[in-house]
Amino acid sequence: MIELLFLLFAAVAVGAAINVLVQKHVLYSSLSLIVLLTAISALFVLMQAEFLAVINVIVYAGAIMVLFVFVIMLLNLPPDEGGVDRLRWLKFVGIPMGLFLLFMVARTVWKVEGTSGAPDLAGTSQAIGASLFTDYLLPFELTSLLILIALMGAVVFAKKDL
Amino acid sequence: MIEYVSSREFLILFAKMIVIFGGVMGALAYATLIERRIMAFVQMRPGPNRVGPFGLLQPIADGLKFLFKEQTIPGSANVLLYYAAPIVSMIPALLSFSVIPFGPDLKIADINVSLLLIFAITSLGVYGIVLGGWASNSKYPLMGAMRASAQMLSYELSLTLSVVGVLMIANTLSLNSIVQSQQGTWWGFIPRWNIFLQPVGFLVYALSGIAETNRLPFDLAESEQELVAGWHTEYSGMKFAMFFLAEYANMVTVSALATIMFLGGWNGPAFGPWWLQMILPTVWFVAKIALFLFVYMLIRATIPRIRYDQLMHFGWKVLLPIALANILVTSFLVAVL
Repeated sequence: MIELLFLLFAAVAVGAAINVLVQKHVLYSSLSLIVLLTAISALFVLMQAEFLAVINVIVYAGAIMVLFVFVIMLLNLPPDEGGVDRLRWLKFVGIPMGLFLLFMVARTVWKVEGTSGAPDLAGTSQAIGASLFTDYLLPFELTSLLILIALMGAVVFAKKDL
Repeated sequence: MIEYVSSREFLILFAKMIVIFGGVMGALAYATLIERRIMAFVQMRPGPNRVGPFGLLQPIADGLKFLFKEQTIPGSANVLLYYAAPIVSMIPALLSFSVIPFGPDLKIADINVSLLLIFAITSLGVYGIVLGGWASNSKYPLMGAMRASAQMLSYELSLTLSVVGVLMIANTLSLNSIVQSQQGTWWGFIPRWNIFLQPVGFLVYALSGIAETNRLPFDLAESEQELVAGWHTEYSGMKFAMFFLAEYANMVTVSALATIMFLGGWNGPAFGPWWLQMILPTVWFVAKIALFLFVYMLIRATIPRIRYDQLMHFGWKVLLPIALANILVTSFLVAVL
């Protein structure tokens, strides 16, 4: 049952990821990205990481992608026709780099020893909160500082006469 | 897989699904009738009272009319997204009922982050509106969709932040545990509901809940005088009915969450024979939700719509700071006491 569900959601995720790349219209690409994020959340659930799955949907599919779609609709962008030619040289860089990334990921996955399921409480909000505020306190605080700086930057850009 | 499908626990789960889904769909159909009757009562009209006794068959007549109406598509619409939009708005609206505890045992799934799951599902609900407005390819729906997405993004923040106080008191993210933490009474007569501990959080939640479901006085997305019908102007028949049902389902979800977080969920006096004790928690839960819906309908019938800039001002500069201050005060109190 779990294997069947995994194959289903993995197929949806891969299909959506390919669709993000091949679609000419930017709105279809971003809609495929939403499907991809939701499918990845389903995979997280199958790995018993419910908290991660839910946060993934709330932050990416529910907030960031809404802003993407909002801006695309606001500008009413036409389908991408002539843009391919401009990026002609990029594929000679992009394909080797993509293959290199794939190689690195495959090597890492190969190295990890198979374990039987997630350890107890690994994906719960309690465990994540505890490790955020003990082991990873400094990166956590630095990230929030970065977000604060970005917020202030946005305010400065939006209001020219401060 | 076949053993699982024929097992006893699956059959019980399946029966629960049918009861909850059937109950919710029936309640949604009759919520439309009750809303029209209440609005008519407030405005001193009779309201729909011709179909069946007291107009009780009106939802069925409405449903038949929706089914047999001619399907029209605007000529310049994006057909794929035009058809997808009502489905996209209907699925999240109904999906959130899968984790709401209607009673001690009447719940489909009990996961430890069920509250966050509901927020995740409802945050996807905005796509149905946005796609419907964009795919119609006409100006009123597009403007309605713009307003709706900006409004729902803004009010989602204060909606989520307003319940953090409750979460700090209950110390859990599971709806079932939140309900259980509100059992019992203080001094024998005041129920241990979070509304008495978190009155500010409750007010912020109730106000942003109205805005999140695009209801009056915050229904800028479909304000009739300016935008005809907003994002569903170009929809008719069953597709319009699906948008409509999704809106009512979201209202019920918001009310159910308010009941669970602030009014003790299915907690209430249980007495009588065993079958009554089994049914009573669900009755209390449904009665509390009905009270919320009644207040929402009264607000719709009595308060005029506010302007769009007032709406944004209210969300960002009034509700959000109040919700943040509430979190600050609550965390100090929780740490000290």
